[in-house]
Amino acid sequence: MAKSPPTAKDNNTRRFVFNAWLLMLARDRFALFAAIFLLVLVGVALVGSFALEDVATKQNLRGRNAPPFDFNKDWVFWLGGDALGRPLLARIFLASRNTLMIAASAVSFSLIIGCFLGLIAGYTSKFVSHLILRVADVIMSFPSLLLAVIILYMLPPSVINIIVVLAITRIPIYLRTARAEVLEIRERMFIQAATVMGASNKRIIFRHILPIIIPTMVTIATLDFAFVMLAESSLSFLGIGIQPPEITWGLMVAQGRPYLTTAWWLSFWPGLAIILTTLSLNLLSNWLRVVLDPQQRWRMEIGDQKNG
Amino acid sequence: MAEHLLEIKDLAVVFNTIAGQVQAVNGVNLHLDKGEVLAILGESGSGKSVTASAVLNLIDMPPGEITAGEIRFKGENLFDMPPARRRDINGKNIAMIFQDPLSYLNPVYRIGWQIEEALKVHGAKEKEARLETLRLLEKVGITEPISAVRKYPHQFSGGQRQRVMIAMALALRPDILIADEPTTALDVTVQAQILDLLVNLQKETGMALLIITHDLGVVAEVANRVIVMQNGKVIEAGSVRDIYFKPSHKYTKQLIKSAPGKGKFSLGTSSSNPLLSVSKISKNYGVFRALKDISFDLMEGETVAIVGESGSGKSTTAKILLRLENANSGSVFYQNQDILTLSDQDLLKKRRDIQMVFQDPSQSLNPRMTVLQLISEAWVIHPDVLPKNKWLRRVEDLLEQVGLEKEYARRFPHQLSGGQLQRIAIARALALEPKIIICDEAVSALDVSVQAQVISLLKKLKKDLGLSYIFIAHDLPVVRDFADRVIVMKEGQIVETGLTKDIFLKPQKKYTQELLLASLEPDPDVQLARRNTRKKLLEYKI
Repeated sequence: MAKSPPTAKDNNTRRFVFNAWLLMLARDRFALFAAIFLLVLVGVALVGSFALEDVATKQNLRGRNAPPFDFNKDWVFWLGGDALGRPLLARIFLASRNTLMIAASAVSFSLIIGCFLGLIAGYTSKFVSHLILRVADVIMSFPSLLLAVIILYMLPPSVINIIVVLAITRIPIYLRTARAEVLEIRERMFIQAATVMGASNKRIIFRHILPIIIPTMVTIATLDFAFVMLAESSLSFLGIGIQPPEITWGLMVAQGRPYLTTAWWLSFWPGLAIILTTLSLNLLSNWLRVVLDPQQRWRMEIGDQKNG
Repeated sequence: MAEHLLEIKDLAVVFNTIAGQVQAVNGVNLHLDKGEVLAILGESGSGKSVTASAVLNLIDMPPGEITAGEIRFKGENLFDMPPARRRDINGKNIAMIFQDPLSYLNPVYRIGWQIEEALKVHGAKEKEARLETLRLLEKVGITEPISAVRKYPHQFSGGQRQRVMIAMALALRPDILIADEPTTALDVTVQAQILDLLVNLQKETGMALLIITHDLGVVAEVANRVIVMQNGKVIEAGSVRDIYFKPSHKYTKQLIKSAPGKGKFSLGTSSSNPLLSVSKISKNYGVFRALKDISFDLMEGETVAIVGESGSGKSTTAKILLRLENANSGSVFYQNQDILTLSDQDLLKKRRDIQMVFQDPSQSLNPRMTVLQLISEAWVIHPDVLPKNKWLRRVEDLLEQVGLEKEYARRFPHQLSGGQLQRIAIARALALEPKIIICDEAVSALDVSVQAQVISLLKKLKKDLGLSYIFIAHDLPVVRDFADRVIVMKEGQIVETGLTKDIFLKPQKKYTQELLLASLEPDPDVQLARRNTRKKLLEYKI
């Protein structure tokens, strides 16, 4: 990437910038909660899931579908037990590892690749643009789950393969949005001004266009997070995704489905985890969009109570 | 006391923003009588449009709030009326036309339908409405109204769209027509036609006309009386001649002084050394020939102005010189090299020497970069100009050179005013130490007083740094003050070229004469003479 113009890089300035960001985060209460929630979640995924692995996989047939809020039991049973009597809370903790890894990797791969291809399709020659777009059309015209089924039928189901499949099927979303934005931004006058100065295509794409489309892309990515989690669970449900005893939230929802009328908590708690994660990401991306835009940043700097 | 048609008393409007309260209009008094043309003159932010919006209840509330005053129409206070009655007055008694007709007309309906709609809403029958529409279109000078009613807004030119909008406004025979910058977006010759049309219609119907403008020329051309506004206050009012010849307020004096077109003519440059030599460039867009064999030279230290109306190819010429577009044929020689055929690598070196200042600085500066980043970007692209540790120092020097404080280096574009932004854009162009600066309508978007400041800055830089300019403009008075030589373009061809003095005082070609006659002078007497000449010319034509 092109070198950026000077910014004072001594430690003091860096600390100052970091503090300013923290302050702006503190000003937006929703974003602050979201950030804390996500931090805790990542902590749980990294540490908690390993510590609870044994507890979470231990079957206890007498405690099948144990109802939640029975505080006489061990704390891992507070959210109830599943069809094999395993503690739901511990299993949610355990599942967070796989879930977050698959969703985060798939989303970030598709975000990076889609964004990159979109920038190229939007800014370079017609031929390249057509080539990229037609490939995207092919991916899009295929129902994404069907595509995943075909690929995973040929490849052995593993975490890596699922990530690859999910990433590929989601690329066109980012690609097409990025391209559409680029087509609009490239006509703006400051792009012409940069060309007049002699800026290379690389510099114009990465220094002038990319920063403007990033907030949109990140917003789409956070929304897509939930979709990817559910798509992964559909694949698992079909038996070509994550295989038990491996576990993800989506798979937990799917496994709880037959018991919905008798033991709602089997699907409800992992479903709630999915919702809260997506919501937090969304709130945080909303905050990020405002902070990244110099014309809107003052809303956070002066501590406006209304959000963006 | 006689009753006025419209009377505004002590009007005060504030806007509540998060940054605090902004007093947009502060104690404005004015009145308008039947058959009168009143102009409100002011620069951006003076509150002139807000005042007019208050009359038609167009202010968004909140954030806007009318804190004091009253507006009386035929003696009735508009603020005391029920909303239904007020809506009834809008359009029927008081109509308004806007600066940009394209955003005012609905793009998905035929214009005939849109005018009929206005008539039908206020109770006309289907057939009547259709006949009336045709009559109105004919009246505002749309040729072939019968086919025009079936067209959509995008099928008309800017001037025609403005005519359609006037027809719509006149549909209900209003007592008052408010025109908010009605000709700002139009070419000079079209501007003159539209103003003529407005004045004629006003005389014919006897309505009152309230024109809001920033242009002294428009005031001189159409108005009987003028009100000068600044910072939400009326600072001076009187007849057009009184205000122009005997201004009493400091601001008015300065406004009149900074109006372009009164300075001495340049005597031309002594240098006969062509710096840039353009020969026979042509550009086609499909079958449309945008440029036809354009040739001219730019001497060292010279300012060449290219004037012409929209579609004349002046901006295309600039784009070709900068290789933003490729020419179909022709050559541009600079330092014995044809820059139209240079490879990308060689071109990068030459780019340093030819820089550009764009029309709208709020568009041409990346909103996400600070001033420091914007200016020093030039050195990121051309690292050999300046070592990195001197960047900050040099940016501060450049800011000082264009008349800004060095503290501005940390600011973002949206924190600066239009004039300041254009100075930043000039500083950015200077960062590469160019030989030639191409200004594409570089001062058109600025207020008159700011315009004068930027022009004098450009003049000073020319003297200090030996720059040459290609100055593209549609505004003739500015060109008169600034250019050494003028090239007049029309429909992709050069009509006439010569020293500024010769072009302005002894124009040879008919088109140049028309252009000069159509341009507006702030001096009401000069403008009157011009209007008469124009009328004679018109009669002669018929």
